[in-house]
Amino acid sequence: MKLANKTMNIFFIAGLYLTVFLLDIVPGVPPMLLTVLKKGVIFSLVAVSMNLLNGFTGLFSLGQAGFMLMGAYSYAVINISSSLKPVVYQYYSPFFNFSLTEVLGNALGGFGVVLGVTVSMIIAGLVAAFMAFLIGLPVLKLKSDYLAIATLGFAEIVRALIQLEALAPVTNGSQLLRGFPYFRGIFIPFIIVGICIAVIVLLINSTYGRAFKAIRDDEIAAEAMGINLASHKRLAFVISSFFAGVSGALLAMYQTTVQANTFKSAMTYEILLIVVIGGIGSVSGSCIGSFLFIACSEWWLRFLDNSNNNIFGLNILRSGFRMVVFSFVIMIMVLFFRKGIMGEREISSENIVKSVKSLICRIKKGRCNER
Amino acid sequence: MKKFYLISVILIALLVLCGCSKSSAGSYTVKIGVFEPQSGDNGAGGKQEVIGIQYANSIRPTVKIAGKEYKVVLDIQDNQSSTDKAVSAAQQLVADKCSIVLGSYGSGVSIAAGSYFKDAKIPAIGVSCTNAAVTAGNDYYFRVCFLDPFQGSVMANFAREECKAEKAYVLSMLGDDYTVGLAKNFVSSFKALGGTVVADETFVEGTSDFSSYLQNAKDFGADVIFAPSATTYAALIIEQASTKGLSIPILAGDTWESSVISDAQNGKNIKVYCSTFFDENDKSGIASQFVNGFKSYLNSNATAKTNNGGNDIVAAVSALGFDAYNLACDVIEKAGSTDGKVLRDALAAYSGDSFVTGAISFDANGDAKKNTAYIKQAVNGAFSFVKVQSAR
Amino acid sequence: MDFFAKWFPYFLSGVSVGGQYALIAIGYTMVYGILRLINFAHGDIFMAAGIMMIYLTGVFPVWLSIVFVILLTVLLGFAVERVAYKPLRQAPRMSVMISAIGVSYLIQNTVAYLTGGLTKQYVEIGWISDVVTVMGASTKRVTLITPILTLVLVVLLVFLINHTKIGMGMRAVSKDFETSLLMGIKINRIISATFIIGSFLAAVGSVLYFTNYTGVTYTSGAMPGLKAFVAAVFGGIGSVPGAVVGAFIIGICETLLKGMGLTAFSDAFTFALLIVILVVKPTGLFGEKLTEKV
Repeated sequence: MKLANKTMNIFFIAGLYLTVFLLDIVPGVPPMLLTVLKKGVIFSLVAVSMNLLNGFTGLFSLGQAGFMLMGAYSYAVINISSSLKPVVYQYYSPFFNFSLTEVLGNALGGFGVVLGVTVSMIIAGLVAAFMAFLIGLPVLKLKSDYLAIATLGFAEIVRALIQLEALAPVTNGSQLLRGFPYFRGIFIPFIIVGICIAVIVLLINSTYGRAFKAIRDDEIAAEAMGINLASHKRLAFVISSFFAGVSGALLAMYQTTVQANTFKSAMTYEILLIVVIGGIGSVSGSCIGSFLFIACSEWWLRFLDNSNNNIFGLNILRSGFRMVVFSFVIMIMVLFFRKGIMGEREISSENIVKSVKSLICRIKKGRCNER
Repeated sequence: MKKFYLISVILIALLVLCGCSKSSAGSYTVKIGVFEPQSGDNGAGGKQEVIGIQYANSIRPTVKIAGKEYKVVLDIQDNQSSTDKAVSAAQQLVADKCSIVLGSYGSGVSIAAGSYFKDAKIPAIGVSCTNAAVTAGNDYYFRVCFLDPFQGSVMANFAREECKAEKAYVLSMLGDDYTVGLAKNFVSSFKALGGTVVADETFVEGTSDFSSYLQNAKDFGADVIFAPSATTYAALIIEQASTKGLSIPILAGDTWESSVISDAQNGKNIKVYCSTFFDENDKSGIASQFVNGFKSYLNSNATAKTNNGGNDIVAAVSALGFDAYNLACDVIEKAGSTDGKVLRDALAAYSGDSFVTGAISFDANGDAKKNTAYIKQAVNGAFSFVKVQSAR
Repeated sequence: MDFFAKWFPYFLSGVSVGGQYALIAIGYTMVYGILRLINFAHGDIFMAAGIMMIYLTGVFPVWLSIVFVILLTVLLGFAVERVAYKPLRQAPRMSVMISAIGVSYLIQNTVAYLTGGLTKQYVEIGWISDVVTVMGASTKRVTLITPILTLVLVVLLVFLINHTKIGMGMRAVSKDFETSLLMGIKINRIISATFIIGSFLAAVGSVLYFTNYTGVTYTSGAMPGLKAFVAAVFGGIGSVPGAVVGAFIIGICETLLKGMGLTAFSDAFTFALLIVILVVKPTGLFGEKLTEKV
């Protein structure tokens, strides 16, 4: 039975990816859907990475935007094509005079480009992870709220430093970076995020993951059981930041530009809301949450901003109304659906089959003996 | 699980609502996308730009393509002044099949959206994105305003010639590509003209106490302050400079021609100059006609007036928005098509002079060829024309 | 003397900035002391008070508007607590904090919608807006009033906490939430009182702050709120005198740093200071040591 479930799950995921692949190649798919999927998948990676910290290890960190920023900048600065360097660094002489992807692409052809992008994304993650290691040394000793504030403060410092004139030959100061390779379709981001999330899930289900959960549930008891608190916390923090860095690189590709201004604390709050809406402690919840969040805020509610849609001569709909409604929806979610969409459960093929069956039953008869 | 169904039902309902709201208006329509910030840091400026476009649309609601009247529908999407939100706004415009896109206020969002417009082969006309990187390397991005380097040198010339300044104090906002870029260009021009820059300082977003910066300027013995910044900070800078009793002039770029600045300066003994795109007293009469028409439009439309800051002062960006819209209509009529590629070629070849902000034709990059800027001074709650300033 | 003449203006504006941070910081620190909640919406309540003032002065004379602003702000703070925090009293602390972020979002977006996102010019309040010259540095009179008024209010507040029944309740609740519930203290009343006091001080603070920095926009509350929060942590969160001392230290340091030409670092400095103090002495300057219970 267990094996069957596993196969079902694999089929389920394969089906999902097939759909994504088809969406990518079939013409006529609404471009808005593709955009939302593309951004949603990037945010689901960072939401899952935040969930690893907040939901599974019980470390309340608010530094996610800072790590994404590190990732995005690392990816961008080593990949800006040399022909565009003078335009991008219009006021400075660039510190890195090469583009990793270009160098590898020239040497190895198409494979080199793929390798270059992969390597730079790993570098992006590593830079973020290294920063996390450094900052984690002092900060991880702090508890709950204090940790949250310290990481939030750290993210702000990183943002201020990146924009400094002294670092401008690398980061281009306040000017934005562009001209690095990015994906056009949605399939490759889905693959990358899929691999990353799979790694996180494997980690959560490993000995380490169980140790993380023990720390979340009771630090003192966990320590008594022989779990090394400091090293496990650091591990969770560094790994989470690694994936935040990777998603930062993906976000850079999505935007096709990088500017430190984007990665404000508001972005961390958004990610936190995604995690909460999806359910703290549920990986699939974070994924669903991020798609819903992005679709709601950037797509479905857009009509609220359009003053042409006003009816009855009321002048309620105008720009800004969308965000008011959206924040209302969020408040309602936070107040009345405290556990989020998924709670701590996970989506699996078994659950889906069950819920579809019960739904069909209910529609047919209004009574169902399965539950 | 019940909750889950409930949420899905709500979401589906929303989706349906959304679908319903997009009803087409009339049989012959052409869509012009407006890609502007309506919220976020640049929300205020973006709104003023949109009013200019809406006013232009109210005057010229139709275009003639191949002898048929087409109604122009404006599709306004908010890019929230943020590059990560801008992409979906741009994509929405692509999805709505706009023929041409106007915008944006702020260069960062324009650059982020540029590649998406380029991929969709929709030409875009930048309204007040002054950063050189917007049009460089993008065949589909054009713009009607002048560029940062030009504007920086104009203000440097003005500071040297008119204010007779020897020492300049420069203040810009960290992390804002527009103000930092403009400040850099000012610094290099001012030095080239023989002046000294006593300090080139930055403030961070959200700053409200500028008295320390102004005290620095005073201590350095600056003759002039160049402080391009968003209007939010501009109001604070002017107010606090007046409290400090600073008598030296404050110069800034085009964003300062806004009612926020004239309100802040009103009743204070402080000189505030900004560069701008048009002169309402020019000979052709187009600008004065625009100013009068726009003022009566603002006074008759409550929403527009609120978005303009509650008064009828004409912001420079509104004039640019007006021109960008007219340019788009001209091009559509000239090309006789709504196809992006045809429109792009028509734009590249375009040349016309019936615009508020002066004649428009494009160079190889897609930038409007402009060589004059106008300097205005904020006096008693309004702007008065000072001089035409060219860069040397 | 030359040294004094150079640094006095910076010091003066530092004291003024510090005083304004202090009034906001008290709201943070009191709420944290009692609910263990970082009330992210506090800075936005402060901003909302500024916006209300602008709209109210369109209808009423200034002195009456100030009274109304204080009343409405107190009402807003009270309502936020009742609607967004009270239902979550049994929920994990993280949920409440997220609810606070949600409220902050909501207030900001609503104000952005109403004002159209534009900066509104704050009203001139007669006497306190006047420019005065103190020892060669010209400034607004409010700059001088702020620290004095802050200290007066703090003394009153400390008196209230130490010598009244409701103050005793507050101290009891912040020591031990559950036990004080068992002792028959009306917790909800105490918590409401805390929010009312915090909002009152935020309203007073907003009048002083925006008289000095006259532009109000929907994000105006964010930065002062954050700084005030840092000040509260710095002084030892939960301690009222600590918050005030922390606010003055941060305000003065910031302006002095700017005076030294390190303008780009003034914010980074604040946060670096925060991290250092959290690591070295997590309870802040005046904070009480919390004992971990197993």
